[in-house]
Amino acid sequence: MSTQSNAMTESSIQSQGTTPTEISFARAMYWSIRREIWENRSIYVAPLVAAALFLFGFLINMMAMRRHIGTASLGPAQHDLLATRYEISASLIMGTALIVGIFYSLDALYGERRDRSILFWKSLPVSDLTVVLSKLAIPILILPLLSFAITLATQFIMLALSSVMLLGSGVNIASLWTGASFFKVSLVLLYHLLTVHGLYYAPIYGWLLMVSAWAPRAPFIWAFLPPFVICGVEKIAFNTTYLLGLIEERLIGGPDSSMVEHDHAQDFAGTLIPHHFFSMPGLWIGLAMAAVFLFVAVRLRRYRGPI
Amino acid sequence: MTVIEARGLRKAFGTTIALDGIDLRVDEGRILGLIGPNGAGKSTALNAILGLTQYHGELRVLGRDPWNERDQLMRDVCFIADVAVLPRWMRVSQALDYVEGVHPRFDRSKAEGLLAKTTIKRTSKIRHLSKGMVAQLHLALVMAIDARLLVLDEPTLGLDILFRKQFYDSLLNDYFDRSRTIVVTTHQVEELQHILTDLMFMDRGRIVLNCTMDEIESRYVEVMVHPGQVAAARALKPIYGRQVFGRSILLFDSGTNQNIDRQQLAALGEARTPSIADLFVAVVGNQSGMAQGAAQ
Repeated sequence: MSTQSNAMTESSIQSQGTTPTEISFARAMYWSIRREIWENRSIYVAPLVAAALFLFGFLINMMAMRRHIGTASLGPAQHDLLATRYEISASLIMGTALIVGIFYSLDALYGERRDRSILFWKSLPVSDLTVVLSKLAIPILILPLLSFAITLATQFIMLALSSVMLLGSGVNIASLWTGASFFKVSLVLLYHLLTVHGLYYAPIYGWLLMVSAWAPRAPFIWAFLPPFVICGVEKIAFNTTYLLGLIEERLIGGPDSSMVEHDHAQDFAGTLIPHHFFSMPGLWIGLAMAAVFLFVAVRLRRYRGPI
Repeated sequence: MTVIEARGLRKAFGTTIALDGIDLRVDEGRILGLIGPNGAGKSTALNAILGLTQYHGELRVLGRDPWNERDQLMRDVCFIADVAVLPRWMRVSQALDYVEGVHPRFDRSKAEGLLAKTTIKRTSKIRHLSKGMVAQLHLALVMAIDARLLVLDEPTLGLDILFRKQFYDSLLNDYFDRSRTIVVTTHQVEELQHILTDLMFMDRGRIVLNCTMDEIESRYVEVMVHPGQVAAARALKPIYGRQVFGRSILLFDSGTNQNIDRQQLAALGEARTPSIADLFVAVVGNQSGMAQGAAQ
């Protein structure tokens, strides 16, 4: 028996030689995030579809409105109407992104265990920290930026559509473009997306990722049932709604309420200076919680194998 | 140079002991076959080596602690854990892009060259590839990585014989050289017989045999005994015997039984080196009292 002498002599390709360089953290992050987007195309498809559907609705609405608009120039009422629609379009796209973000986070560290692909990912020199951070970057950075870009494009198309629609009606179209204060609204939106969706919601996404890394099955139930049950127990035991209040405040309250008031105010730049937002203790407590959740998620990913 | 060194490696899942204090040393340039029945602890041992599971005891892989340094270790270690772990949603081109993006030692042109020999299209999704093609793709990805240790855990499970043959041929001809080390577990031991340099049998969390293939050749003899010589042969205390077509085939271990000499055995019948599967049944079957699934 010649154990493997044939292997020795026939080994033709010798790819030893050039010792390659390190892969930087930024590069590993970049490819990990791209990988996430390849896998979860809903990250961009869902907001795009929402935007397309909204534009379709808007078109129908415009056609109906055209009959009613007289020959006079646009009054403040019409401007307000358009502004309201901008807000609706932004809310719709942001809401879609939020839902996508929630479901994405719940599946992010669970799906790879369920389909066993975690064994492939772990065979590559990418740390658990990089993987978890790249998965966090999707809801807190990529989705807000994407929804910003899509909202901006949608609003631009809305404006263009309105202009075309009103072209023959004698309405002063220029006032549409100046009145809409397109630039300012966009800045507020970007600010809102990055602070609220990026930072203020971070503990929510952190929690979801942690549950996703831990859950033996059904991460959705594990993520939502415990807070729900605890709220109920708290209510019956102490007749308080402390946790519910906390969750509610995190979801609806927070910096958002103050933002909206400033939205139409004159000292617009004031809203952009973030001294108020960044001095909120709720933000920092939330970020600290997010850090804890993420730390646990990173540890869990190391321990957990395929299920 | 030592690639893997383990001392007193232990791992328990609840009350089940998967690894019962094993000592192991694998040097550079070896191809080690890790053979054992289901539940023997092979995969646990490999998982410990790959940093996928925690363990007690000492373990160093290429001088690193796998559990705490998995990501750095994976620059020099590749593994194919299973035929079906490539993400099914991925496209072939995306798999190439991603590995090229995150692995400092990935040679894309080499992977492309290996894929060119197959019928795999770059635009195909992995879910649309046959099982054999997925294995080819995974092997192409792994072979294009200039790693020092390659770990294969049942790499050909469920593949047909053509793919299996091709898999090992490709591994030997286009990948293996003396500076690399391969550790492989499989139930299809027959195909490994001529590939391995070292053999290790595991059973119930322990190593029951650990030697080079050359040692196997010099130590174990299998004799198909002439009908008239059976009693004489049995007197030499074979470690295992079986009947094939009415003839006795006896296996002798000259390592533990000093009375055996090869010429004497040759006189009793047709002597040859046993196959890994027969040796496995003899060694592990004797120990556990039942010969469960050496070669499935």
